[in-house]
Amino acid sequence: MNKYFIGIDIGSTSAKTVVLDENKNIIERILLPTGWSSKETSEIILRKLNDLNFNVGNSTIVATGYGRVSVFFANKAVTEITCHGKGADYLFGGEAADLLVIDIGGQDTKIIQIKDGNVVDFLMNDKCSAGTGRFLEVMSNALNLKMDELCDMAAKGSDTHISSLCTVFAESEVISLIGRGEKRENIAFAIVDSIIKKVCQQAQKLYRPGMKVCLTGGLSEFKYISDSLGKELKTNVEAKEDGRYAGAIGAALMAM
Amino acid sequence: MADRHEMWKSLGMNIEQHDVLCSVLPGAVGDVFMSQKNRPKGMDFWDMVVADVHGIRPAELIEEQKKGRKVFGTFCVYVPDEVIIACNGIVTGLCGGSQFWVPDGEAVLPKNTCPLIKASVGARLGKTCPFFRIADMYVGETTCDGKKKAYEILGEDVPMYVMDVPQMKRPEDIERWSHEIAMFAKKVEEFTGVKLTVENLKKSIHIVNEKRKALGRVYNARKNKTLPISGRDSLLMMQISFFDDPERCATMCNKLADELDQRVKDGVSVVDAGTKRILVTGTPLAIPNWKLHNIIETTGAAVVCEEMCTGTRYFENLVDENISSLEDGFKALANRYMKTNCACFTPNTGRIDDIKRMVKEYNVDGVIDCNLKFCCLYDTEKFSVGRALKEAGIPVLQIETDYTDTDAEQLRTRIGAFVEMLNK
Repeated sequence: MNKYFIGIDIGSTSAKTVVLDENKNIIERILLPTGWSSKETSEIILRKLNDLNFNVGNSTIVATGYGRVSVFFANKAVTEITCHGKGADYLFGGEAADLLVIDIGGQDTKIIQIKDGNVVDFLMNDKCSAGTGRFLEVMSNALNLKMDELCDMAAKGSDTHISSLCTVFAESEVISLIGRGEKRENIAFAIVDSIIKKVCQQAQKLYRPGMKVCLTGGLSEFKYISDSLGKELKTNVEAKEDGRYAGAIGAALMAM
Repeated sequence: MADRHEMWKSLGMNIEQHDVLCSVLPGAVGDVFMSQKNRPKGMDFWDMVVADVHGIRPAELIEEQKKGRKVFGTFCVYVPDEVIIACNGIVTGLCGGSQFWVPDGEAVLPKNTCPLIKASVGARLGKTCPFFRIADMYVGETTCDGKKKAYEILGEDVPMYVMDVPQMKRPEDIERWSHEIAMFAKKVEEFTGVKLTVENLKKSIHIVNEKRKALGRVYNARKNKTLPISGRDSLLMMQISFFDDPERCATMCNKLADELDQRVKDGVSVVDAGTKRILVTGTPLAIPNWKLHNIIETTGAAVVCEEMCTGTRYFENLVDENISSLEDGFKALANRYMKTNCACFTPNTGRIDDIKRMVKEYNVDGVIDCNLKFCCLYDTEKFSVGRALKEAGIPVLQIETDYTDTDAEQLRTRIGAFVEMLNK
């Protein structure tokens, strides 16, 4: 009987690993950039796990995320929808029977509806970076800001909008705003506002009053993002420190 | 397998380009079909046809043309085959299911046209489809705006006849469709030189009904909990039925159905017990488009029914054979064809009723509603289909795709997650 349950979530931007003990307590977290090779990242994760005395002998391992097939030492692979759902239920479920998970990832955004701990419906944006973490990354680069700086600045801005959903066109829109001498705060506001509106449009399709709404994925670290989502959806959107690990936690739970 | 290069040359095809297509097809067939375990023996026939898909049937068509018969290429399940067959004509489907033909179509069509239309036009203009070289006459129909305009472009290159399909199904629309069929019959008579009579129409109605019944028998076998045939194999049979001689098609499908019935009795299933059963609905899957079925069936689920033109819409509902005049015959045809539910009609709630009925009949666990990119009709109808299925408590996944492989991994994730959701 294995003592440890490991979830590995290889996303497009970062690779998250979580180790759970038999009582479902998180006893280890590893965060790495995915880099250019999911396979190489998997090897690094395996080495790190071995250094911490977790190995295929004493652990059951489930891989998820778009790089899930590269985790050659995993016992099985499960899609990120199921894992994010399970992970979010672990973090936010509690008393709530109906949970709506918004996961803004590097290359896709997922809206997942959970009922009594199980996924009952989900939506995913199509293969386009509008409304994803990549969109924010490209735009913050255009403004020469880090993600947290972008959020801080956006909080002070207002009344500016970008209309393009396509990242490439939106970037030229941002550059014209810069050229026109628009305040950086207002441009930052417009960027975040654009992604919030796009994500909420998706979320509205599954959201029903009474559902508990939570944000997972890399962007859940930024309070401004969850607050803005909440304002748009007219409900409280919860976020937690471990939100980034939701997929990995779900994968570890699937290993049990 | 015979070398078909001389035939293709005589058809004026672009041999060099066509060889490229011929070189990739065997690999695709191997990956999608031959890798399956425990296939019905009866699939041998369709394996043989698909291995020589641009040779075996085209050669037959050319032989029939030598005897003076005319070949009609058609694009849609609303075109009444019975009229053509009654006048000693032959009906054939046309190429349009591969990305291979899309660039040649995009040379004349807007990029945001559905891949089926782009591929069809490209297959003709690029001279890489034998059926598009052989047919003496092309029969189009006004089912969507993309097709209507594409037929104008095709019509500059080939003899084209377009039938005006109504957009609603009021009694006067069905009446009008009956009149439209009568006008089409005149055209077919002129073109074939064979007069349409009550006798030959009665006979052709019977032939096509027998083909429908035979296809229906294979589908019936798929309703069983013991699944005797994969979705991929059924789809191949269905796709090729658009090209085959209708009587041989009926014979082969009946033979396959006999084997499937026996398999059900013997408890022979192509999947493990408990495998989730998927109904696929939406836009047609023209040969060799096996992408969706292949992803679903290599993600741990099985396709048990297609509510599609390449599926139930092709064979459900029979034409009344009890006719005593041509007028009767046209009405009987109009009545049957107007029972087919396509998103080009408004309203089209009949399609939702069909899906809900089939979910019960085929013991379906989940529905995948998929439209080809830029098909505005099916894309828009997703809203009401999705809502109705959810209200009925039927899990549904709605996706959009084209003929490229660029979204294969995204589809695999979505379909995989959907199957995991059904398996919970």
